Amino acid sequence: MNANASIKVQSAQRSVGVTQAMVAVFLRDVRVAFRQKQDLLNPLLFFTMVVTLFPLGVSPEVAFLKQSGAGILWVAALLSVLLSLDHLFRHDFDDGTLEQLMLQPQPLFLLVLAKTLAHWMLTGLPLVLLTPVLGLMLHLDGNSVATLCLTLLIGTPVLSLIGSIGAALTLGLRSAGVLLSLLIIPLYIPVLIFGTGTVAAAAEGAQVSGYLALMGAFLVLALTLAPFASAAALRISLSNS
Amino acid sequence: MPEPLLQAVGLECERDERLLFQNLSFSILPGTVTRVEGPNGSGKTTLLRILAGLNDAWTGELNWCGQPRDRHRESYLRNMLYLGHRPGIKPLLTPLENLRALMAGRRPLDDDALLQALAGTGLSGFEQVPCRNLSAGQQRRVALARLLIADEPLWLLDEVFTAIDAAGVEAIESLLLQRAREGGAVVVTTHHNLDLPGMGRITLGGATER
Repeated sequence: MNANASIKVQSAQRSVGVTQAMVAVFLRDVRVAFRQKQDLLNPLLFFTMVVTLFPLGVSPEVAFLKQSGAGILWVAALLSVLLSLDHLFRHDFDDGTLEQLMLQPQPLFLLVLAKTLAHWMLTGLPLVLLTPVLGLMLHLDGNSVATLCLTLLIGTPVLSLIGSIGAALTLGLRSAGVLLSLLIIPLYIPVLIFGTGTVAAAAEGAQVSGYLALMGAFLVLALTLAPFASAAALRISLSNS
Repeated sequence: MPEPLLQAVGLECERDERLLFQNLSFSILPGTVTRVEGPNGSGKTTLLRILAGLNDAWTGELNWCGQPRDRHRESYLRNMLYLGHRPGIKPLLTPLENLRALMAGRRPLDDDALLQALAGTGLSGFEQVPCRNLSAGQQRRVALARLLIADEPLWLLDEVFTAIDAAGVEAIESLLLQRAREGGAVVVTTHHNLDLPGMGRITLGGATER
């Protein structure tokens, strides 16, 4: 139409590399989280409160705490991750950044993976770091605490990854909380069983490498499959909004 | 006639058991501004979201540069800029950080270029203020700053004049015209009384014409 047309269709090869785009998404989420510190502290506070209330509410006896400490810590960690899941996409959905994320030329599942990893670093990792202190409070011995931390280190990313599917699926709903829990908790149960099972085995002095290998398999499975499912769920949720 | 950038053939969309449009066909040529018209609820935003690839609940054919769009998604997304109702601005980040994050996945620019774009939308002096402390119009201007540094040939702009003052509206209008002169294609929806010379129209909620 015009002789001096200067704007041309660019080839897709000229778009930004995937790694660079993932880093940008990750950094933005971390930056936003540090500007809104109560969202960062909430899961930690919840975790600490639940763990502290157990000895008060059930029994402060050393024998009971030694036996159930690992289970208490695992359940509390699981619930606090669950509590934080709704934020994973909700804010981005409300302010429109999620739309822009979906319209980036890079594959969506990798960008979602970057977001999920940021979520884990901001919720799961602090829980793992807090665990030794709370473990000692529950009279767990050093070996159990070490194993517990290791299982949480492998297990919490799985929780974030599986949770991202639920968070993406329930995004379009106004009160997603209950449905999200119902969808996600059944998928969390195997991780919980193997997580606490590993610590119990370690406390009895048994070999835990088999358990840890299984948990590692969970992590690999979640890492490779969950981002695809979340990306697909996001497309559905945004398509209906 | 140049090859159309985007071509729709027999688009049909149903939403909440209501037929929004059917048998809708049009071509978006380079160097044109096209306005999507229609009353509230006639499906303007839905049409734009379909064109952008955000809404999958449609039937028909969408071609990008003569090829099926969904088979050339990466190329399409690289060459299309969509600004929706929700501006895509994080309230906790500053305008500069927001713009940097939005451009990072498309075409990273140095801060000088970003600051210049922000200044071009009248936001100089606000670069380091968190966006939640800015007015609605200023937040939209942060999103609009992308238009000043965009190299995408196809723009899909939904309600682009919302919360923008008279001087800003004039600036956007001349930007759209200049864009068309340079060979870009723009599709807009607006309730603002937009009438640019040579503007094409897609009318929803009735017959379709160009």
